Amino acid sequence: MQWDVVWNNFDYFLWGAFPNGPIGGLAASIILAVLGIFGAFWIGLAAGLMRLSRNKLTKAVAVIYIEVIRGVPLLMLIFWFYFLAPVVLGESLPEFNCALIAFIIFTGAYIAEIVKAGVVALPKGQMEAARGSGLSHYQAMRYVILPQALRNMIPSFVNQFVSLTKDTSLAYIIGVNELTRTATQVNNRTLSSPTEIFITIAVLYFIVCYALTMTSRRMEKHLARYQARDR
Amino acid sequence: MNYQFNWDLVLSGKYADWIVDGVILTLKISAISIVLALILGTLVAVMRMSKAKPLEWLSFAYIEFFRNTPLLVQIFFWYFGSYSVLPDFVNTWLYDHDFEFAAGVISLTVYSSAFFAEEIRAGIYSIPKNQLEASRATGLSFMQAYWYVILPQAFRIIIPPLISQSLNLIKNSSLVMTIGVMELTYMARQIESYTFHGFEAFTVATVIYLIISLVTSFCINMYNKHFLLQIKY
Repeated sequence: MQWDVVWNNFDYFLWGAFPNGPIGGLAASIILAVLGIFGAFWIGLAAGLMRLSRNKLTKAVAVIYIEVIRGVPLLMLIFWFYFLAPVVLGESLPEFNCALIAFIIFTGAYIAEIVKAGVVALPKGQMEAARGSGLSHYQAMRYVILPQALRNMIPSFVNQFVSLTKDTSLAYIIGVNELTRTATQVNNRTLSSPTEIFITIAVLYFIVCYALTMTSRRMEKHLARYQARDR
Repeated sequence: MNYQFNWDLVLSGKYADWIVDGVILTLKISAISIVLALILGTLVAVMRMSKAKPLEWLSFAYIEFFRNTPLLVQIFFWYFGSYSVLPDFVNTWLYDHDFEFAAGVISLTVYSSAFFAEEIRAGIYSIPKNQLEASRATGLSFMQAYWYVILPQAFRIIIPPLISQSLNLIKNSSLVMTIGVMELTYMARQIESYTFHGFEAFTVATVIYLIISLVTSFCINMYNKHFLLQIKY
């Protein structure tokens, strides 16, 4: 085992060529994941509520979005945005943006399912009581249902964030300089210790993801106490 | 948007053959990995539930490590870095055979087995403990109680999540294109770079993936409706 290649390039793994160049490595992966989950939250919230709508058309749009995106590999989606953005827009998007859009659209579909499940899991009485106290359907959703449902969904969102952090590695394929790409670059340059390099990368991802997984488990236990239940 | 669609290109002739080859390889690598991951996953799940602490910790570490690292990194690890981990005779054997395919199978199997193990364990845990106690009290041995009472019920619950994990594996198999396994996504990408007709190639590939997953989720729903809801506690 020759670990010196890893140590010599460790800062490159962590933040790429920064500050002499664009930020890369683990930092870029995390930036992608954070921006991705933020965008996906809003799309997912909208699609999840549309999915619950009584309007057939609204519901159908959401169902198609969710089923299609969940049925296709993320890699396929990334290729769609990478190869077809130039066809549709007439100019190519930066790779980082392509990957980010693909992540948002992809994760949004999974978040939509979480949102739907979270709202459905609340006892029906909550909605009825809110409506009974004179709130409109929209108000009841906004002030009574969603605050409770979203709080219960936080652990699932964290889990989705973990998945997304792992999935940012796919941005490698279209040339975004995130953690996996820095690893293959160093590997191609040195050709001496691929085992060590990829173990290091795996451990870096693991530290981030496992910390988050543990947080989500803790929160799940903590939040379970405050959950409204059917009797 | 001035793009000339040419659907014949991918729906007939050489490139259609490529797509068909890709689908066959996708299904083949998925099927092999699903079977191996089920076996490995069951083993890990049993270890996870065992009362021997070291075994439990070992499988806990296994599950957490492989679940919390990206599949792509694992693929690269098995492809580029496995030679200094695996024994020599295994390496020689692998290089003599289809090494890309083998590395793909290994990574998909190891990655998915961690997810399978968690589903299997959750399924067995979801059977109330008094089921075991009751069947023990009727005179069955521990093994018999598991075999005739617990497992048949657990499997009813486990099958849908196992199928959806298998579906994840099929979708994840698209990643092995990065190490040169010529499965469906690889072929679509290949057609794109040969003909610049990415739109048609990716559409066909996407539709194929969609069909596979829609059919699967339809089957799961049917199963849930007909078998699962009958269980009452």
